[in-house]
Parts: sequence; C-alpha cells; structure tokens
Amino acid sequence: MTDKVHLDHAHIRHLLTAMLRIRRFEEKSFELYQSEKIRGFMHLYDGEEAVSVGVISALQPEDAIVGTYREHGQALARGIGMDVLMAELYGKQEGCCRGRGGSMHVFDRTTRFYGGNAIVGGGLPLAVGSAMGDKMLGRTAVTACFFGDGAVDEGSFHESMNLAALWKLPVLFVCENNLYAMGMALERAEAETRIALKAAGYRVASEAVDGMNVVAVEVAAKRAIAEIRQTNQPFLLECRTYRFRAHSMFDAQLYRSKQEIETWRAKDPVVQLQSWLEDTGLLHADEIGQIEAEIAAEVDAAVAFAEAGTWEPTEDLERFVTMDRVPQ
Amino acid sequence: MSTPAPLRMTYREACKQAIRTAILGDPRVFLMGEDVARYGGCYAVTKGLAQELGEERIRDTPLSENGYVGAGIGAAIAGMRPIVEIMTVNFSLLALDQIVNSAATIPHMSGGQFAVPLVIRMATGAGLQLAAQHSHSLEGWYAHIPGLKVLAPATIEDARFMLQPALDDPNPVLIFEHIMLYNREGELDPNVTGVDIVSAKIRRPGRHVTILSYGGMVFKALEAAASLYEEGIEAEVIDLRVLRPLDMTTILQSVVRTRRVVIVDEGWKSGSLSAEIAARISEDAFFDLDAPIRRVCSREVPMPYAAHLEKAALPQVATIIATARALVKPG
Repeated sequence: MTDKVHLDHAHIRHLLTAMLRIRRFEEKSFELYQSEKIRGFMHLYDGEEAVSVGVISALQPEDAIVGTYREHGQALARGIGMDVLMAELYGKQEGCCRGRGGSMHVFDRTTRFYGGNAIVGGGLPLAVGSAMGDKMLGRTAVTACFFGDGAVDEGSFHESMNLAALWKLPVLFVCENNLYAMGMALERAEAETRIALKAAGYRVASEAVDGMNVVAVEVAAKRAIAEIRQTNQPFLLECRTYRFRAHSMFDAQLYRSKQEIETWRAKDPVVQLQSWLEDTGLLHADEIGQIEAEIAAEVDAAVAFAEAGTWEPTEDLERFVTMDRVPQ
Repeated sequence: MSTPAPLRMTYREACKQAIRTAILGDPRVFLMGEDVARYGGCYAVTKGLAQELGEERIRDTPLSENGYVGAGIGAAIAGMRPIVEIMTVNFSLLALDQIVNSAATIPHMSGGQFAVPLVIRMATGAGLQLAAQHSHSLEGWYAHIPGLKVLAPATIEDARFMLQPALDDPNPVLIFEHIMLYNREGELDPNVTGVDIVSAKIRRPGRHVTILSYGGMVFKALEAAASLYEEGIEAEVIDLRVLRPLDMTTILQSVVRTRRVVIVDEGWKSGSLSAEIAARISEDAFFDLDAPIRRVCSREVPMPYAAHLEKAALPQVATIIATARALVKPG
C-alpha cells in the first residue's frame, strides 16, 4: 500500500464531489429540520468536510469506522447511501437503522460503520475493541475512530489511547478538533490545548494537520495508516477544523463571535479546494457545475426516497431489543 | 452400568472450569480483566489459567473499566466472543456507560444490524467485612436495562455450566458471582453437561409459602426452609437464576400453589428487583394470594465495616424464618 496521494483528475474530482455531497446534504437537512421533517437532536458537519473525506479516502473497504454524533459526513464519505441516510433522519424504516437511530446513531454493517455515538468519548473504547478483534482474528484492517475535542476531556480518551498503545492495536484516532465541545471552548476545557501532544504520554505517534485542507488531511491520514501498519501501533491525527453552523439545532451560539465564524469561513474547505482547482485549471467550472447538478439530483432523490418511506409498525417496537442470532 | 461418582468441587473451581472449557472450545473466546492473569484473579477464579492458555486468551488489563468493557463490546462486534471480568460490581459503575449506553443499545439502535455477543462476569454481594464500597448487590440495576441478560448462578452446577450458554447467546450477558459462594463446596452430577439460562428452579419443594431468592441468598433461604420444616411449615424455595428476563411462569405457578410469598434479596428494597417481582406478582396473581407479599432485603444503609453491623444490615436466616412463619401462622 502506498502512502502517496495522486492528485490526478479522477481523484481530485472524487475529493471535491465527496465534500460537496456532504455540504449539500447538510444544507438540505437543515431545511428539512426547519420544516419539521427531521426532529430530535441534529448536529451538522458544514465546515468539517475535509476531515472525514480526507481520512476516509485513505481507508480500505475492510477497515472499520467508529463515528461521532456529528456523523452524517463520516457516513456519506464512507459510502452509506444518501437515500438510506436521509430516510434514517426522517425516522423511516427504509433508513439504514430502520429509523431507530436517527441523526446521532447511524450504523452500517456492510461498510463496518460502528455508529454514530451520542455519548461523547463513547466510541473510543469500541474502536479499541474493533481493532483488538481484527488483530486477534488475523485481519489486517485498521479502525478509524472519529471524536471531537470534547472527547479529549473524557477518561475514555485516555484509557483508550493507553489500551491501544499497550496492546499494539491498529487504531487511527482522528480528533476533529473544532475548538468547541458544544459551547465549551477548548482553551477553557484543556490545560494543554495542543491535542496531538497528549499522545506522547501514551507513547502514541501523532500529528496535527490543517483540517480545512482535504489534501493535507488525506496525505497525513495515509502516512499515519502506513505507520500503523508498519509499527503495529496506533496513531493520533488531530485535524484542526471548525463547524460553521451551531452545535445543534437549539444553539444560539452565545459563546463565540460572528467575527470568529467569518474568519473560519474564509478557510472553507470546499471553497478552498474549488478555487484551487479552478485557478490551476485542474477542474473546469463546467465540470464543477455538472458535479453540482448531479449532487442536487442525488439530494432530491434522497428526499423523495425518505418521503416515500414508511413507518415501522409499532408491533415491531421490541424487535432487536435482544437478538436471536448474531448477524453474519 | 455403574453411575459415575459425583465430582466434589468449590464454586470457584466450577467457574474456573467453565472458563477453561469455553476458551479451549472456541478460538474466538478469551477473557480479560484486572489481575486475571499473573495474579490469578482477585478471587482466584482464573489462577493458573494464563500459564496454560497464554496471556492473550487470559489477558490482564489496566484499571480502565470503561475502556476494557468498551473494548470487549467492540471485539464482540468485530467477531470475537469475549468474557470480560470486572473485579467487583462496585467497579462496574465505572463501566456503566459502556454497558448501558453501548452494549445494551447497539442491537436495537442499529436496527438489528449488530449483535453484542459478550459475557461480563463480576463478583457481587457482601459478607467479608469489605465495607460500603466493596459490598454492593447492584444486579437489580442491570436487570432494569432492556438489551441485557442477567444471570446469578448460586449452585456449583450453574457456576460450572451457565457460562457456555451465555457465550452462545447473541446478547450481552452479565453473570453475577456472589463472593460468599466462591469457597462453597458442592457436588456436580457427572451426568449433567449443561444448563439453560432461561428458567428459575425450585430448589426445595413446599406447599405453604414460596421463598424467592437468588445468588448468595439461596442458601440462606434453604436453611430457613429446613428450619421451618421442623415447625411444620413447608416452604418452597425458588432460585431465580435468571434476573433478566425473569421466569415469571415458574414464579407464578409456585405462588398460585402456596398463596404466600417471601422475596429474599440482598439488594436494597427501594427501586429494586424485589420490588419489581412483588409488583408483577401483584399484577398477575393478586387474587391467588392469601397474605401480603413480604420482602427480606438489606437495610438501607451503606454497608458498614464492623462485623456485627454488617450482619445487622444483611438479610439473615432468622428474619426469613420469622417472616415466612408470620405469613403462614399469623398472630
């Protein structure tokens, strides 16, 4: 496996398309929340697209992913269908979790997507276990574990970093450091705000990368995965990013200034890549327009799929509380 | 044909044999927990197993309960069949998040895409003067949670054979081993090669009153029943064995016959398993009862260290006898 990123036309197109799909999906989700098609807690990913697209582009199909509750982007980048994801947000039984999970609990067996986890830091021990299971079963897969800067405050982060290092497990810890744990600013929560440095305490290699630059993230992720495979040790990749929207749909954003948001918007990962591609002539405006049109059609189709979806009968409410077999 | 002689062993030895057999029988099974390997287990259940089976299959963990319980869940989802040992139920509180928020929810929340075939064993209960932070009986808390199965082996046979069906079960199964049982000796019928993890069992038949108990309390209930028999009161002792889901069929059949119930539970009364069982009996067999349901539970105090206070806080045989007698021979 190579840790090089080939910026050929097809790959660049893939990176831009993947980020735009997330951006447009989130815009539509926001709209649908306003019109009360989607309810519950919903956390949008706008601004952070480069992180999941960059990291997941570096993964193989056999690798596993543990996500966060802000995981629409992670799910789409992994290849979970926009239609079943939207149906899940609608709560329809055609959704990827039959409408049981909703926005915060997206799971997908076929892509080894192990949630969607609404307990901050809750996914990290699961990622340790996934990597442990793979290793004990003789598989070579890596588990990529996404979490936010808020999870670094939790004991589970520290326990999991230590366990993964101690047991030499192939976990790529990906910190989506968007500077706020809900409304709690990183510098108000952590005495050491440089998250990548914390890895040293566990003898875990780490790197901090510009999380607004998809190519930089992908290069760093490929390098990290190559190192994981070579050393049989976990790796912590801190991606410095920013969420453009409120924490959830109930957040007046009293804890940060409009000016700060504007400063980060100027680093918009989608706009950055798009401008670079247009400036260098790697992708023409026509082609971008075509990509946008395809995505718009995909979003429309996803909404239509969700609208046409059906409600799981309440008679099935208790189905899967306990399982009668382990799904293969 | 001669009948093979019964095997005499301790509860601890039965637990150990169960683990050994399970690991030898399935390459996906391994055990991890604090001090299970080189130390041999806090209650010496796994003593010597790491030397025989290797430190990958009997794996020492750091003191990271939430971390390694979560790792067990992740490994189960990835295809392994982990047995996670938590040293005591008290420490399991540090792993409540993973047990309640992950293991119990993932199958339902994922729409049935993932099962969590995981076994978590832990020691529970009081009686060794370990004071307030090492004497809890919190199995009733876990029995509150949909998605979990909760077992309480009391007999040598259950200690020996409940583990395998728990591992074969596609759901997270919690096994509570009462600390006062580990040294208890008993005989294992060599003709028994397995048990179910579904049903409650009548350990002593009787017709005047039903005593419901589980785990460490089963033997106090049996002792009380033997004493009551001398007075002409025939108490039926039921060992619940499975705390979730409860085998209400066996419970109700007995209650309908005896028409009187004493529930013996080492947990506290408030918001407890004994409260749940009493409520269900009231809902489904109210008109079959000749007397109010009575409970013998721990006093509502953090467990004190001093022996006489600990004894005063725990359900005792004399109280069970008095409670049952008052139901059968009022006044």
